[in-house]
Amino acid sequence: MMLLGLYNYWIVVMLMMIGFYIVIAHGNLIKKLVGLTIFQTSVFIFYISMGNVDSGSAPILAEGVARYSNPLPHVLILTAIVVGIATTALGLALVVRIKESYGSIEEHEIQIQDQLTEDKT
Amino acid sequence: MLAHLPILQVIVPLMAAPLCWFLNRSKLVWLFALLVSAFTCLNSILLLQQVMSSGTIIYQLGGWDAPWGIEYRIDELNALLLLIISSVGTVVLFAAHTSIQKELPEDRHTLFYSLYLLSITGMFGIVSTGDVFNVFVFLEISSLSAYALIALGKDRRALWAAYQYLIMGTIGATFILIGIGLLYQMTGTLNMADLANRLEEVNQTRTVFAAFAFLIVGVCLKLALFPLHLWLPNAYAYAPSIVTAFLAATATKVAVYLLIRFTYTVFGIEFSFSTLPLQNIFIVLGLVGIFAASTAAIYKTNVKHIFAYSSIAQVGYMIIGYAINTSTGLMATLLHLFNHALMKSALFLALGAVMYRIGSVQLSQFQGLGRQMPLTMAAIVVGGLSLIGVPLTVGFISKWYLLVAAVETGMWPVAVLILLGSLLAILYVWRIVETAYFKPPLPGREAVQEAPWTFLAPIWALVLANIYFGIDTRLSVQVAQAASQSLFGINP
Repeated sequence: MMLLGLYNYWIVVMLMMIGFYIVIAHGNLIKKLVGLTIFQTSVFIFYISMGNVDSGSAPILAEGVARYSNPLPHVLILTAIVVGIATTALGLALVVRIKESYGSIEEHEIQIQDQLTEDKT
Repeated sequence: MLAHLPILQVIVPLMAAPLCWFLNRSKLVWLFALLVSAFTCLNSILLLQQVMSSGTIIYQLGGWDAPWGIEYRIDELNALLLLIISSVGTVVLFAAHTSIQKELPEDRHTLFYSLYLLSITGMFGIVSTGDVFNVFVFLEISSLSAYALIALGKDRRALWAAYQYLIMGTIGATFILIGIGLLYQMTGTLNMADLANRLEEVNQTRTVFAAFAFLIVGVCLKLALFPLHLWLPNAYAYAPSIVTAFLAATATKVAVYLLIRFTYTVFGIEFSFSTLPLQNIFIVLGLVGIFAASTAAIYKTNVKHIFAYSSIAQVGYMIIGYAINTSTGLMATLLHLFNHALMKSALFLALGAVMYRIGSVQLSQFQGLGRQMPLTMAAIVVGGLSLIGVPLTVGFISKWYLLVAAVETGMWPVAVLILLGSLLAILYVWRIVETAYFKPPLPGREAVQEAPWTFLAPIWALVLANIYFGIDTRLSVQVAQAASQSLFGINP
């Protein structure tokens, strides 16, 4: 019962850890951003599922409905989604510029090139 | 008009940022941005006066009452932070026009000022608001524009630094978002004052512990507490000089503010320091940070790197003062926020002047600059002395109060280690002084001219402030004392 009743949290935590792991473990800059997006999305799901009230309907006034879900977390997360999009867009734009100037989007190759420049100066 | 000061502080730079695009001429945009930030500076002085004379200002957005609507709440701590950010932001911006002429291509100038105003808006917002979700939104506004500002750097390593900062910063902000979500789940409110009331009933639950942990780790990522500081050195070193001077003086300070606000106001001192072993963790991390970062600074060859590592060490001092958890300790932290902003903006602006003249801030290039750029180098020397904590500079004042706080609570080993840490600062400052003054000018380089006055004026304004507030401490100590006492609930 504990496990099934709280299934939304299990999904959230699993997605969160998957995303976090990808950010840390992968050397490809695009994959890192994908991981970051999954990580953020898990938090969105957490907020959205939190707003649900047992047997509550959608928060629209209607006759014969006494119980409504809480709309506030949904509104909050709309803002957070916009922020997430901006972050991903900026991240991808940076990757494009990195590719142009380093010719690679692999973390270790960039670090090797940086080391070479550092040794020269 | 006077009643609307809290919102004007945030909304004026926010509206001004897109307006920059209509002007679209480098010099015009610069004057406009300077005017806007001078306005915010004046505004924050008025706010500070109001707060000091008549207590906390509460401003309700759109006239909605507090737990439902968003409120801005300005007490002594907020007003102090607003003053630090706006005044440093204005003084640094004064040199921007000259500096970015050499460091950025012409078509990016407008973009630079827009981003600068957006970044400063985000910081004002974080500090003014009394709503935790609002904090997250403003945090992302200021961070996203900071990533873009760093990526404007000339060196390609700026891109890589901005990318790393983006990843780390987003993880930190998302952690804060998780913490806020958990708090909302337990209390059903987002208002800080309301949260503080309602948390008392539920603060022994695991959900609140988790919320606390997420918030603290998220904020510590943002304030570059050792060992979460890895994004900072390169971001500071390769960003355009003006951006470095601005961010070094403000970004980490805002995060320290958040840490203080969350632990003291939202969770309460009792919960933060008694229920959980926060004090020991922070004192140890602060001390390790001071020693590790100062030692790293000694071996760096890029002067911007040296001062970036020194910033991490200075964050260590702030955290120790905070973790001592007495009114004096917190006061030392607040003083150091103010003083460190003065030192680092002066130092990084002086490095901007060097960058302007010789196009590099490698230590080896500094040879002979002591005679060729005497005023700029003198500023670095005074700033460095302040960093070490020599009497008659601001650095001495905050370290003095920090030592007093440590000794008062009987933490003698901490006091001794703080002093030893300052000795390390002497070493890295001396390396710069030695190269600039006691080595012959580089052969084959034409004589370097002194920096233009648009650089010297703001640099020396900041340097003189370093000395002034080191001698006449009435203003800074009074405000810091009032802020720390109100956080501890002591009535003066």
